[in-house]
Amino acid sequence: MTLAPDLRARAEALGQTLPPLLAAAEHLAATVTLGEHGRRRPAMGDDFWQYRSARAGDPLRLIDWRRSARSDQAFVQEREWQAAQSVVFWVDPAQSMDFAGSTRPPKSDRARLLALALAVLLLRAGEQVGLAGHPQPPRAGKGQILRLVEALAADLAAPAQDYAAALPLDFVRQGRAVFISDFLGDLPGLERSLSQAAASGVKGLLLQVLDPDEEAFPFDGRMVFVSMGGSLAHETKSAGDLRGRYLARLAERKARLAELAQAAGWVYAAHHTGQSATPALLWAYRALQGGW
Amino acid sequence: MVGFASPLLLIGLLALPLLWILLRAVPPAAIRRRFAGVALLLGLEDKAQQADKTPWWLLVLRMLVLAAVIVAFAGPVLNPKLGPKAADPLLIIVDGGWADAYDWPQRQAKAVSLLDRAALDGRAVALTQLTDAPQALVFKAAADGRGRLAAMAPQGWQPQDLALWGAALPAGRFETAWISDGLAHSGQAELLASLQSRGRVNVFESDRPLYALGPASQANGKVTLTVQRLTQGGPATVEVIARGPDPTGIERDLARVKVTFGPKDTAAPAELDLPAELRNRVTRFAVDGQRSAGAVTLAGDSLKRRKVALVVEAAEGEAMQLLSPLHYLRQAMNASTDVLTGGLADVLPTNPDVIVLADVAQMPPAQADALQAWVEKGGLLLRFAGPRLAGSDMAALAGDPLMPVTLRQGGLTSGGAMSWGAPKALAAFAQSSPFHGLAAPPDLKVRTQVLAQPDANLPARSLAALDDGTPLVTRKALGQGQVVLFHVTANAEWSDLPLSGLFVQMLERLAVSATAGSAGADALAGLVWTPEHILNGWGDLADPTALAGLAGEALVAALQNGPSAKVPAGVYRHDGMGVALNAVPKDQPLVKATWPVGVAVQGLTLPAEIALKGPVLALALILLLLDALATLALSGRLGFGRSSGAVLLALALIVQPQDAQADDAADQRAIAATQGVVLAYVMTGDSEVDATSAAGLQGVSDQLIYRTAIEPLPPMGVDVETDELVFFPFLYWPITSDAATPSAAAYDKLNHYLRTGGMILFDTRDADMAGAGPTPEGQALQRIAQGLDIPPLAPLPDDHVLTRSFYLLQAFPGRFVEGGLWVEAPPPDAAKTDGMPFRNLNDGVTPVVIGGNDWASAWAVDEDGWPLLPVGRGAAGDQQREYAYRFGINLIMYVLTGNYKSDQVHVPALLERLGK
Repeated sequence: MTLAPDLRARAEALGQTLPPLLAAAEHLAATVTLGEHGRRRPAMGDDFWQYRSARAGDPLRLIDWRRSARSDQAFVQEREWQAAQSVVFWVDPAQSMDFAGSTRPPKSDRARLLALALAVLLLRAGEQVGLAGHPQPPRAGKGQILRLVEALAADLAAPAQDYAAALPLDFVRQGRAVFISDFLGDLPGLERSLSQAAASGVKGLLLQVLDPDEEAFPFDGRMVFVSMGGSLAHETKSAGDLRGRYLARLAERKARLAELAQAAGWVYAAHHTGQSATPALLWAYRALQGGW
Repeated sequence: MVGFASPLLLIGLLALPLLWILLRAVPPAAIRRRFAGVALLLGLEDKAQQADKTPWWLLVLRMLVLAAVIVAFAGPVLNPKLGPKAADPLLIIVDGGWADAYDWPQRQAKAVSLLDRAALDGRAVALTQLTDAPQALVFKAAADGRGRLAAMAPQGWQPQDLALWGAALPAGRFETAWISDGLAHSGQAELLASLQSRGRVNVFESDRPLYALGPASQANGKVTLTVQRLTQGGPATVEVIARGPDPTGIERDLARVKVTFGPKDTAAPAELDLPAELRNRVTRFAVDGQRSAGAVTLAGDSLKRRKVALVVEAAEGEAMQLLSPLHYLRQAMNASTDVLTGGLADVLPTNPDVIVLADVAQMPPAQADALQAWVEKGGLLLRFAGPRLAGSDMAALAGDPLMPVTLRQGGLTSGGAMSWGAPKALAAFAQSSPFHGLAAPPDLKVRTQVLAQPDANLPARSLAALDDGTPLVTRKALGQGQVVLFHVTANAEWSDLPLSGLFVQMLERLAVSATAGSAGADALAGLVWTPEHILNGWGDLADPTALAGLAGEALVAALQNGPSAKVPAGVYRHDGMGVALNAVPKDQPLVKATWPVGVAVQGLTLPAEIALKGPVLALALILLLLDALATLALSGRLGFGRSSGAVLLALALIVQPQDAQADDAADQRAIAATQGVVLAYVMTGDSEVDATSAAGLQGVSDQLIYRTAIEPLPPMGVDVETDELVFFPFLYWPITSDAATPSAAAYDKLNHYLRTGGMILFDTRDADMAGAGPTPEGQALQRIAQGLDIPPLAPLPDDHVLTRSFYLLQAFPGRFVEGGLWVEAPPPDAAKTDGMPFRNLNDGVTPVVIGGNDWASAWAVDEDGWPLLPVGRGAAGDQQREYAYRFGINLIMYVLTGNYKSDQVHVPALLERLGK
C-alpha cells in the first residue's frame, strides 16, 4: 500500500479547509498505512491492472519508471479494481458521549476521530463510505471525506438525547457497518439493529469508547451523579461503596455487548480515551479487512 | 494575665450554643457531578447508612473558629498595663545598694514606668534611694522624678538602719512602690510598718540570681573565696575571675575558676591555686558576668605574701633551736610570709621584700654596699641587736648607713644580779609611732638592750621606747627603703618581747608580715587610713575624691558590718599596709528579704503588653482551614487534588516560621572587611552619631580614592563588644557623653588591637580638649581610655610625621578649628639635629590620636557625594572642609605607611654614607 504520500499531500492541500478533527484523523490514518497488513489475502492493491499515462496531480512515487523509461511518456501503474465494499459508520451522537474525565477530550471527539480516520483509510483503499442516518448513500472518492465531516458536524449541531435511542435499521446489503458508541444506553435498540443487520448480511464492528473514569469510578463521598443531559440522576452518600457494584455492572454490559456482537457475526472491542487512538484504529481496520 | 480591649464583644460567645443547633441540622452538601455512567448506577443502594448530621468534632471545630473570632475582636491583651487608677501620691523607694547594680536598668525601667503611670494619673511622686542618708521626702510632679531617677546610681554599700527613714516620711496618705533588691536590711520591717500605716505598699522584686563574693583568704598557698547566692534555683555554675596587672601594668584576667552550686546550695567555695608571683599581683576577684560591688572582692594586701630573708651567721648552725636568734622570727612570720634563710650573698639576688639581720655587726664591704643599694631601692632591713652587735666596735659602726642610730659601746643590762634597777617595761607608743594603738603588755620586761647615742635625730627615729625613755625600736629612712633596729635580741635572751603577741603585731605594723587584711582589729585601730581606691556600686574602682582619712576603729567596724556611706568599700592604706574593705563582709550571709502577708510582691520585669488579636485571628484562620480539610475529607474530596493542595499551602503559609535567619553573618562580615582597606568607626549606639561617622568615613574614603593610591571600600561600623577588630587598620571612635564603658573582654580586644598596629582616632566632638574644665565627652573619654593600653600622650609636636605624611599641615580642623591633637609623647631625649628639618620623634606609630574637632561632621557626604553638614561659612568654610579632608588623608596615610615619611630624614645621611 502506498497511500501515505497521497494522504500527506492531500492533507497538506486540505489543511486550510478541513476542521481540526479531520486533520487529526488524517494524521492518525497516516500511521496505519503499512503494506503488510493487507497481505493476509490477495487483496486490493497487490494486483497489477494496467498502465495509464500520468496525469497532473499524480504523485511522483506512483510513476512506474521502468515502464516510463521505454517511451517519452510517464506511466502510472494502476492496480486491479476490485468491487468496493460499502461501509456505514454510526457515531453515537448522544450527550453521554460528551463526557470527559478531568483533562481528557470527550469520548465523542475520540469516536469521531476514529470514524474519520477509518474512513480515510477505507476511502484510500477505494471503499465506499457513508454515515448512517444520513440520506447520502455511501460513496467512494476523495470528496467523500469532506461530506463525512460535514455530516458529523451536522450531527453535532443537532439536539441530542442523553443516550442514543435510534440506531440505524436499514443497511446496504452485504455491506459493512461500524458502530462507535459508549453503549451505555438501552441495549434493546442495539439488539434490534444488530438483528436487522444480520438479516441484511451486514457484518461490522462494535467499538465501545469509554472514558477511564467510567472504567475506574474514582469517586468517593456524598455525591449526586447526573447524566450529561440531566435526565437521570442518582444520589449516593458514599460513592466509594458503589464502586464495586458499578464495575460489576460495567463488566456485565461489556460481556453482553460481546455476546450480541458474536451472535450477529460482528466483532466487539472497547477503547478508552485515556489510550492512544492508534491501536483502536489498527484493530478496526484489520477487523474490517478481516476474514469474514 | 489577659485583658480585653472591648470585653462587651465577648457576649457574642453566648451565640455559640445557637450555632451548635444550627450546624447540627445541616449535613455537608453533596457534590453534583455529571457522569455518563449514571445509567449503570441507577437502582444501586447505599450500603452504609452514613449520618446525615455533621459529626460532633466538626461542630466543635467550627464553634472554636467562631469563638476565636469573637475573642479576637474583643481585643485580648496579654499582661495589660492598665491597672486601677489611684489618686494618692506615690512614693517610689529604691534600695540602691550594690545588690541593685546587676539589673539596675530594669529597676530604672520599672521606676520609669511607675513615674509615667503616675504622670498619666496626675499623681505627685517622691523618689528616694535608701542608701542615702535619711532626708525629708517631698512629693513633686512626676515629671521631676525622671531627672532624679537618672541621677541615681547603685552604691557600693547596703542600705542601713532603715527604721530612721520612718521619721523622714511625709505626712498624709500615700501609696508606696518599693523596688527591693531582695535582701533583708536592718530596720526593714519597721520602715515597712510605717509605710503601711500611710497606704498600700507594693513591693517589686527581681528574681535574678544574685551572687556575692566574700573576702579572699589564703591558706597553704591556696586562695579561698566564698561565692554566695540569694536564690537557690537549682544548680548553677559561675566563674570567679582573679584580675590584676600583668608585668606591663595592664589589668587583665590572671586566673579563672568555675564554681558550681548544687541545687540547694546558697554558698559555694572557690579555690584558686596560684603561684606566688601571680598571687601577689591579684588586686581583685570578681564573679564573671555580675556587675556589682557585691560580686567583687578587693584583695588589698591580704594575698600578698612578703618574701622575708633571714640572714644567719654561718657559725650559728649548730646552736640550740630555742636559742637561735631567728627562731621566734620564723615562728612569727611563717604563717604569713615566705621565709628564706641563708647567707646574705645567697638571699640578696632573690630580691626579698624584707631582710632580717639578727645580731650581725660586720659584713664585708661589698655585701654592705649591695645591701645598702637594695635598701635604697625600697627594701626593708630589719636588724636585731645581740651580743655581737653590742660587743663590736661602735666607732666603726658610727657612720654605718645601715644602722638607724649610733650605738653606745656595750649594752645596758638592768634588773640582773649585777645591776641596780629592775627590768624595764615598755612605754606607751607615741602618736607618731606606727605602733600607736597597740597595747603593751604590762608584764613585758626588757632586761638588756643596746643604747643609742643621743642626738638630735634620735626622738624622731625612735618608734618605741622603754618607760625610762631609752629607745627600743628605731628607724631610719634610707633612699626609698628603711632600716629598723630592734635594740634587743630576736630571741628571749634580752627581753620578753619576742615571746609576746605584741612582737607579731609590731612586725605586722612594720609591714614585715603584711597581712593587714586578715589582721585583727588591734592591728588596724589607732591608725589613720587613707582610701586609695573606692569601689562604686557597679564594682568598678573609683578615685576617692573628697574622702578624708579614716580612723582605724571605723574601718574595723566596717570590716565587721559592711561598708556604709561614710566608710565606702575600697582599699585603705596606711604606711605600706593596704586593707581591703569589701561590700560583702566576711561570714555575712545573704539574707532574703521577707515580706509580711498582705504586701503585694510583684516581679520586677513586667512582661510587655502583647496584643493577642493577631495570633487569635490566625488561630481562627488555621482552624478554618482545618475545617476545610475536614469537610473535604468528609465529602471524600480529600486527595491530592487541587483544592486540598491549596488548603495545605495556605496552612503552610500561616504556620511558616517567621524568623529564619542566616547565621553566617559574621563570616560574611569578615569577608567584606578583608576585601580591601576598610575604614571603620565604633558604633556608639547614638544613631545620629553613627550615621555621621559612616558618612564622614565615606567622605574621607572618597577623597582618598580621588587623590591617593588608597582605595578604601565603604566604611563599616563596629561594635567593640562583639565584632572582630583586627580587620580594620583604623577605627574612628566618636565619644558621646553617655558612652558605655567597654567590658573587660572588649578592653582585652582593644588593647590587642592597639598593640598589633591598629590605630584609634578618639573624637570628643567638643573642640575643647584643654579648655575650661572637662566636658562630659572628655570625662567619658577618660573613663573609656582608662582601661586602654595607651602610652603617655602629648600635644602633637609641630614636626610630627602626621603633619607631612601626605599634605603639609599645620592645623587639623574638623567641624571645629580650635581643638588640639594629642598623640603619643615623643621620647624625652628627642633632639633636633643640625641640618634636619625635624626631630626623629617616634619610631613607632602612635596607637591613638585624640582630638575634639568633630572630623566626621566635616568629612560627611551624602549618597551623591555632596557635603552633608555645614562647616564654617562661605569660602572659609569650604577651605576648612578641604583642610579637614587633608587631615583625614594625612591620618590614613600615617596609619597605612607609619613613619615612612619620617624616615626620609635619614636620606641625606644615607646618601652621604653611600658616597663614601
